[in-house]
Amino acid sequence: MENLIAQFEAIPALAVKEADYPVRGYHLEVTVAPEAVVAAAEVMDVAGYTLEAITGIDWLGEEARRREAGVKARNAAAVKAAKEAEEEPPEPETADLSGITEEMEVVYDYTHYDHLFRVMVRCRVARDNPGLPSIHQVFAGADWHEKETHDFFGIVFSGNPDLVPFILPEDADYHPLLKDFST
Amino acid sequence: MIDLALSQNKEIFVLNLGPQHPATHGVLRVKLLMDGEYIVSAEPVLGYIHRMHEKMGENRTWAQFMPNTGRLDYLGALSYNHGYARVVERAAGIEVPERAEYLRVITVELNRIASHLLWFGAFVLDLGGFTPLLYAFDDREMILDLLESVTGARLTFCYFRFGGVYNDIDDNFVPGTRAFIKRLRKRMPEYHNLVTKNIIIIKRLRDVGPISAGMCRRYGATGPVARGSGINYDVRKNEPYSVYPEFDFDIPVYEDGDSMARYMVRMDEIEQSMRIVEQALDRLPDGPVMAEKVPKIIKPKPGDYYSVVEAARGTFGVRVVSDGTNTPYRLKLRSPTFSNLSLYGEAARGMLLADALALMGSLDLVIPEIDR
Repeated sequence: MENLIAQFEAIPALAVKEADYPVRGYHLEVTVAPEAVVAAAEVMDVAGYTLEAITGIDWLGEEARRREAGVKARNAAAVKAAKEAEEEPPEPETADLSGITEEMEVVYDYTHYDHLFRVMVRCRVARDNPGLPSIHQVFAGADWHEKETHDFFGIVFSGNPDLVPFILPEDADYHPLLKDFST
Repeated sequence: MIDLALSQNKEIFVLNLGPQHPATHGVLRVKLLMDGEYIVSAEPVLGYIHRMHEKMGENRTWAQFMPNTGRLDYLGALSYNHGYARVVERAAGIEVPERAEYLRVITVELNRIASHLLWFGAFVLDLGGFTPLLYAFDDREMILDLLESVTGARLTFCYFRFGGVYNDIDDNFVPGTRAFIKRLRKRMPEYHNLVTKNIIIIKRLRDVGPISAGMCRRYGATGPVARGSGINYDVRKNEPYSVYPEFDFDIPVYEDGDSMARYMVRMDEIEQSMRIVEQALDRLPDGPVMAEKVPKIIKPKPGDYYSVVEAARGTFGVRVVSDGTNTPYRLKLRSPTFSNLSLYGEAARGMLLADALALMGSLDLVIPEIDR
């Protein structure tokens, strides 16, 4: 396992974190930049792993929610402090929601046939033009998973041989798992 | 594809297999490029019964999604119940009483036998043998009656709850199951005499449709498909869950990688499942079938959770992302046959059409689970 961690860090990965397997269901969580997903797949391939699935997660509004939660906590603390000091509570602060880049995430699940060790590789992409390289040259099975993720999220896997609607109807121009999708 | 079909010097044509075709067992379409009787390329076309279960997961509560899991693989629905219940129990930290885990294993294994029996009948039917289907359905009917008495359903089960199962077994279940196993033990040699040793079956399956272990790994194949190619991988052994470690059972593995190997893996698994059920009935503990303090509204801590189970067709995985509310933020269903079918294009290349249909049958496809 140390060997794997060293190899991921050499890609380089943005973060390599051991996970609490009984709680999470996977052992290693690797975060990489979009251009490093192929290198990560090659590490897994050389180590004899197999690709279990690829999927996406839409994080629309995540940063805004995080900032709003921070401001709310600060406001509450300010009100409490003012009360203790017997002063007028200060004007509540409003969250600054400018300059947010919305993101999506692609998740790769790898596992090994012979020993129990699950690796999860995650990669953030910009939401307005989501794209990253295809890994179907490394794992042939990735082709279908990438097509499915493209269907559901509109994420473009450059290098995938035929990125047309796969599970959705052939004329589908929508991506149902986007958080702002509604019928 | 079109260029090749239009070329003058070769007599290559496009053949659409499905979406309505008896050998695809559902609405699967395969776009075939044929050179006479030989397949130049095969491209499965999916999505004819796609229902977007993953989106449904995002707009109902954790518990409300449970019935959906029974509608993925309708032949082995209880494994899918189990997979989803397990990931939510993991996320919410719910303990399951021992008796409930035993009942889960007993019902899941009975369901696996039922699924394999149906596959057996349908597979031989694909190859032109009609009678075994009737035998297999006769046996499967007894399992469905047993499961109906416990779960209330015969096909799209929704028996598991977070923290246990919703109903305890009745007095007839244990003797009924033992009687069934006794009966099936007698029937299996008959099946082997009637089908496995049949020269036509052997000629149609042996050395036909080889899938190598390397191909399985590149495509992420699991279940009997991988085990028929010499890969000793079964989630019940490799990543033990529930009460499976308490039972003595084997994982059938065949090295050949042909359609016969996949056939034999499933036939042997029926016997292994019967062994598990017998041991579970012998040791079935008393006690509650539901955990006592399961919250009515489940709100797992934010984060990623993943869990896999061994379904009748391979590894079924559920990845959930919780944002701490009472609905999943994201729910990904990793279905085994999706990956198993993805190798079909490569495996079927150069085969005779009739042999490719035998190969398709040996993959044991359930289309609603591929399309989700």
